[in-house]
Amino acid sequence: MNLYTRRLLINRFNLAVSLLTMLFGLFWLGWILFTLFKAGFGGLSARLFLEMTPPPGSDGGLLNAIAGSLLMGAAGTILGTPIGILAGIYLAEFGNRGWLAPVTLFINDILLSAPSIVIGLFIYAVYVITVGHFSAWAGTMALALIVIPVVIRTTENMLRLVPDSLREAAAALGAPQWKVITFVTVRAAKAGIITGILLAVARISGETAPLLFTALNNQFWTPNMNSPMANLPVVIFQFAMSPYEDWHKLAWAGALLITLCVLALNILARVFFQNRTATY
Amino acid sequence: MSAVVTKVQGFAQAAPAALMSRTIPDAGLRKHYRLDQLFRHVTRFFAFLVLLLLAGILLSLVIGSLPSIRAFGFGFFLTSEWNPVTEQFGALVPIVGTLVTSAIALLIGIPVSFGIALFLTELSPIWLRRPLGTAIELLAAIPSIIYGMWGLFVFAPVFATYVQPVLSSTLGAVPLVGVLFQGPPMGIGVLTAGILLAIMVIPFIASVMRDVFEIVPAVLKESAYALGSTTWEVVWNVVLPYTKVGVMGGVMLGLGRALGETMAVTFVIGNAHRLSASIMVPGNSIASALANEFTEAVGDLYLSALIELGLVLFFITFVVLALSKLLLLRLARREGRMT
Repeated sequence: MNLYTRRLLINRFNLAVSLLTMLFGLFWLGWILFTLFKAGFGGLSARLFLEMTPPPGSDGGLLNAIAGSLLMGAAGTILGTPIGILAGIYLAEFGNRGWLAPVTLFINDILLSAPSIVIGLFIYAVYVITVGHFSAWAGTMALALIVIPVVIRTTENMLRLVPDSLREAAAALGAPQWKVITFVTVRAAKAGIITGILLAVARISGETAPLLFTALNNQFWTPNMNSPMANLPVVIFQFAMSPYEDWHKLAWAGALLITLCVLALNILARVFFQNRTATY
Repeated sequence: MSAVVTKVQGFAQAAPAALMSRTIPDAGLRKHYRLDQLFRHVTRFFAFLVLLLLAGILLSLVIGSLPSIRAFGFGFFLTSEWNPVTEQFGALVPIVGTLVTSAIALLIGIPVSFGIALFLTELSPIWLRRPLGTAIELLAAIPSIIYGMWGLFVFAPVFATYVQPVLSSTLGAVPLVGVLFQGPPMGIGVLTAGILLAIMVIPFIASVMRDVFEIVPAVLKESAYALGSTTWEVVWNVVLPYTKVGVMGGVMLGLGRALGETMAVTFVIGNAHRLSASIMVPGNSIASALANEFTEAVGDLYLSALIELGLVLFFITFVVLALSKLLLLRLARREGRMT
C-alpha cells in the first residue's frame, strides 16, 4: 500500500471513530432519557403533587418532598445569589490590582468543582453538631454554598464582557464608581448574570449528597425550617434503594420530574442568554 | 477595567481616605466618595468570604478528624480493616476504590472526549455544532442521582448479562491482566462505577477540549493543510501539540469531578469494604462510604474516621483541580502573549 493511500485510510478511519464517539455520547443521553420516560411517565399524575410520601405498600405522592425541595432550593438561591453577585462584582470591577482577586478566582474555580458531599460534611460539622439536630436551615446553607461559586463565576465572566467604553462614558459624565457599576455595567450584564442564577438553580435542584447530612429526610409535611425536611433527591435515594416496588415507581416519577426541571432550566438559560446577547 | 477608570481609581486610592474626604469641597461629591468606598469594601468582603469558606472547610474537617488522626495516625491510609464494632478504621479500601474508579473513568473518558471534541471542532457541519455541543453538555446537567438510579436498575443488569461474561471469558483468560476481570457477573462493582463515571466526566473533558481546540490560530492549521496534511494529521500534529497544556487541564478537571462524584457511585459500587484484585466485584469509594454510613455512624471515633475520609477526599480533589486550573491558566497566558 503506498503512502498516500495509507494516510488517507488512517484519516478516514480516525474521523469515522470520531463520529462514533459523538454517537457514543449521544447514545447514553438518549438511553437515560428514554428510561426515565418509560419508567417515570406512568407515575406523573395529579396524585404525585397532591399526596404525601407513603409508607411501603400504600399509595401516595411526593408532595412533601417537592415542597421541601422548592422551599430549600428557593431559600438557598436567595441566600447565595447576592453574595455571589457582590463577590463577582469585586472580582471583575476591582480585581485588577492586589492579590485578593486572582487568588479568590482561583479558589472559587476549585470550589465550583469540589465534591459537594464535602460541603455537606462542612455544614454538618459547623452547624448541625452545634444546634444538635438536622434541619432544613442546614440544607439551605449547604445549597447556598453550592450556589455561590456558580454565581461568582458567571457574574465575573459576564461583567468582563461589558466593553470598557461603557464604563468610561459613564465615568466621563461624572458618575461615581458605585453608580457606574450598579447602573451601567451590572445592567449591561444582566442577561448573563440571570443565566448564571438559572444554572445555579439547575445545579442545586438535583444535588443529593450535601442534603444527606443536613436536611436529612422527613416522611411528613412540615413548614418548619428548623426541623428535618423531606426533599426530592434524598427521597429518591431512599426509595430507589428500598426493596419495595411501589416506592421504586415513585422514585422513577420523582427522577423524571427532577431531570425535566434541570434540563428545562439549562435550555432556558442558554436560550435566554443567546437572545439577549445577540442585541449587543 | 479601562486605563482611564483605573487611573482615576488609582488617584483615589493613593490619597489617604481621611485627607481625601476633608479636601473634597463639595458635600455631594463627598457623599459619593464615601459611598464608593463603602461599595468597594462591601464587595471585597464578600470576595474574601470565598477564601474564608475554603479555610472554614479545611479547618472544620481537620478538627473533626482529630480523634481519628490521633487514634490511627498514618496507618489510617495503609490498613484496610473497617470495623465499626471493634472501632478499627483504615481508609485503604475507599481510597483505592476512589482512585481505581476514577482511573477507569479517565481511560474510557479521555479518548471518547477527544473524539467528540474533534468532531465538534473539525468535522461537524456548522449548523449542527451548537445543538450537538449542547446535547453533550446536557449529559453534565443530569443530576448524579439519576445516573445512579439508571445505573443500578437499567445499566447494571444489561452489563451483567451481556458484557461481563464476555469480558471474563476473553480478557479474564489473558495472563497478568486476567485477574482484573475475574469474578461473578453481578452487574454492580468497581468497573460499573468506573463506566458510569466515564459517562459523567465526558462532557466536562470534551467541552474543555473543544474550547481549547477552537483557540488554535487558523493560520497554523491552514499552513498544515497547504502542505498536504489530512484532517487527522492536522489535529494530531498541529492542534494537539499546540493545546497540550489545555487538554491536560481538561483531563485534570474530569479527574477532579470523577474523584468526588458521590451518588452515582454509591448506587452501583456495591459498598463492600474489601480489597480485591478484580474490578468486577463490589468495592467502595470515599464519597460513597460517606453517603452510606455517615448518618448511621454511632460513636465519636466512627464519625471522626468518616470525616477524615472527607478530608482526604477534599485534599486530593483540591490538588487535582488546582493543577487543572494552573494548566489552563498557562495556556491562556501563552495565548495572551501571542496575540
